Amino acid sequence: MRTLKFLLQKEFLQIFRNKTLLRSILIAPLMQLIILPWAANYEVKNISLAIVDNDHSGYSQKLATKIFSSGYFKPAGAGLSYREAEKLIESDQADIILEIPPGFERNLVREGQQKLFIAANAINGTKALVGSGYLGGIITGFNSEIRLQWITPPRFNPAPVIEITASNWYNPLMNYKVFMVPGILVMLVTMIGSMMCALNIVKEKEIGTIEQINVTPIRKYHFILGKLIPFWVIGMVVFTLGLVIAWLLYGIVPLGNIGLLYAFLAVYLLAVLGIGLLISTYSTTQQQAMSLSFFFIMIFNLMSGLFTPIESMPGWAQVITQFNPLSYFISVMRMVVLKGSEFSDISHSLLVVSVFAVVLNGWAILNYRKTS
Amino acid sequence: MSAVRLENITKTYNKGTVSAVSDVSFEVAQGELFGLIGPDGAGKTSIFRMLTTLLLPDGGKASVDGYDVVKDYKTIRSRVGYMPGRFSLYQDLTVEENLAFFATVFGTTIEANYELVKDIYRQIEPFKTRRAGKLSGGMKQKLALCCALIHKPGVLFLDEPTTGVDSVSRKEFWEMLRRLKEQNITILVSTPYMDEATLCDRIALIQSGKILSIDTPAGTVKSFRGNLFTVRSAEIYRLLNDLRDYENTGTCFAFGEHLHLTFAEERAGQEEDLQQYLRQKNHTDIELGRVEPGIEDCFIQFMKQ
Repeated sequence: MRTLKFLLQKEFLQIFRNKTLLRSILIAPLMQLIILPWAANYEVKNISLAIVDNDHSGYSQKLATKIFSSGYFKPAGAGLSYREAEKLIESDQADIILEIPPGFERNLVREGQQKLFIAANAINGTKALVGSGYLGGIITGFNSEIRLQWITPPRFNPAPVIEITASNWYNPLMNYKVFMVPGILVMLVTMIGSMMCALNIVKEKEIGTIEQINVTPIRKYHFILGKLIPFWVIGMVVFTLGLVIAWLLYGIVPLGNIGLLYAFLAVYLLAVLGIGLLISTYSTTQQQAMSLSFFFIMIFNLMSGLFTPIESMPGWAQVITQFNPLSYFISVMRMVVLKGSEFSDISHSLLVVSVFAVVLNGWAILNYRKTS
Repeated sequence: MSAVRLENITKTYNKGTVSAVSDVSFEVAQGELFGLIGPDGAGKTSIFRMLTTLLLPDGGKASVDGYDVVKDYKTIRSRVGYMPGRFSLYQDLTVEENLAFFATVFGTTIEANYELVKDIYRQIEPFKTRRAGKLSGGMKQKLALCCALIHKPGVLFLDEPTTGVDSVSRKEFWEMLRRLKEQNITILVSTPYMDEATLCDRIALIQSGKILSIDTPAGTVKSFRGNLFTVRSAEIYRLLNDLRDYENTGTCFAFGEHLHLTFAEERAGQEEDLQQYLRQKNHTDIELGRVEPGIEDCFIQFMKQ
């Protein structure tokens, strides 16, 4: 125990003395938490729409006004021919073309139906998909408005109409920040835990201090605990700061029990530090450790359900996400913060992450013995 | 009982393809200052790492302070001091923090063993709040020695402690070792510098993982066979080539500004014959004289066998 105390003393002394490291541990993640949620936003705005109006009628004007007043679209060019609009797409100035055929108003009034043409630039798939969706919605709305004007409602409603009203539970305003902030916080804690821990141990190998440590009576578990505990504490501190920022800046207050979040975090950090430890046993230089952890963190982040829902991934990818500790914590965070989930809801995730923690650390410790 | 004992120690790297140490045996007595002398890559560091339990030998047995390096590695770790060839203390901790850290991990304090390190520590004490990484080479060396000594080890392993240190600091360092020896600490030191060999009690000459000879420095020099001559002329490089072509040359090597030469066969009038041969080859300013062999000359002779 005494030895461990001195090791921890030394470790914290080194961390606090290294100002650059301290900054990148504490300030950098918080900056990311302040910046990223604004950028990682699925809400598609500012879609450049080129309207090719071949009709120039009152209705076509009305439709255009309705579309642009929705706030999602901004006009690209005016009075365009279809060819000109295509050019705009090619030069990336327009995302979607809406073509209104000649005689739109006349045919609509006379025949009661008319067709519109939508062409979307699918290079940015999300923008194309969401943009056409919005556009379709607006046109449908426009459609029912016209019908209301034309059809005098009968006294009794003979044709039943099904009206759909959607309500977003747990996030009524569909605020993406509420959804993203908890996830990004988890991502940051993961990066700090695994990378910093791996780099710190490998640094001792690289500059040779481990050689000197190995000829002292310091036991392996002393050394490993001496490395894990400081970064476990740092992970806790960063998480706490992150929650404070989420509250101050984004007004996010966990609905569920904060103690439950910390309990999960405590176990989760062990698993993440285990990854760092494992990486450190397989690398001899900081460069190797850096590229290894970068590889894993990229996969963990992109396959965690943070940016894209796991349910829409192909089957094999969903299998991989089951071995990704990040995906468990992100879902637990969202459940507890947004929905107020309780212990029984997250107990399965907690169990899985505990298994990760035991397996990863056990593997790392076994491997550590062999190589030194 | 010997402080350090090696019996037929063998170590190979890369799955047995590279032999680093082959069949090395020697003993170091309690309180002895023992030198491992050899060029880079001779296997000195491998031997040190096996004795300090950082590396497992492939074959043979070794013990330190009577403890087996494989079985009793834990006991050995608390009884030896090791100073690796590369400076391996915490560069971001100060002089004092480093020393205190290594004292505490051995379960002792600076005060408890201050007597042992005080001569050395006093020299770096004015810089005790300076970070170890900011020290000069000589001071780093002194700090590393202090850290290796702070738990009062029975055996001290110093792997090339004077490599990359200026000649004044080197002299001081050996002076410190001599004083430590008086405290009955067994010291095993390795060095590529032949001139430092004479400062040891006994030396082992080592080359390509094999021991060439083990003796006192004086005994090593005495074992030199034949007489050694020093030769010099105006054109030293041509002289070397011509001497190597000479029929009665045993060995001929550049040694500073001179050449050291032994004859293949000692006979009367050999020096006159050589002078004549060199004049024939148009050498001018020829100097030829007897010289006492040094450790390096012995090393070269052993290597040639």
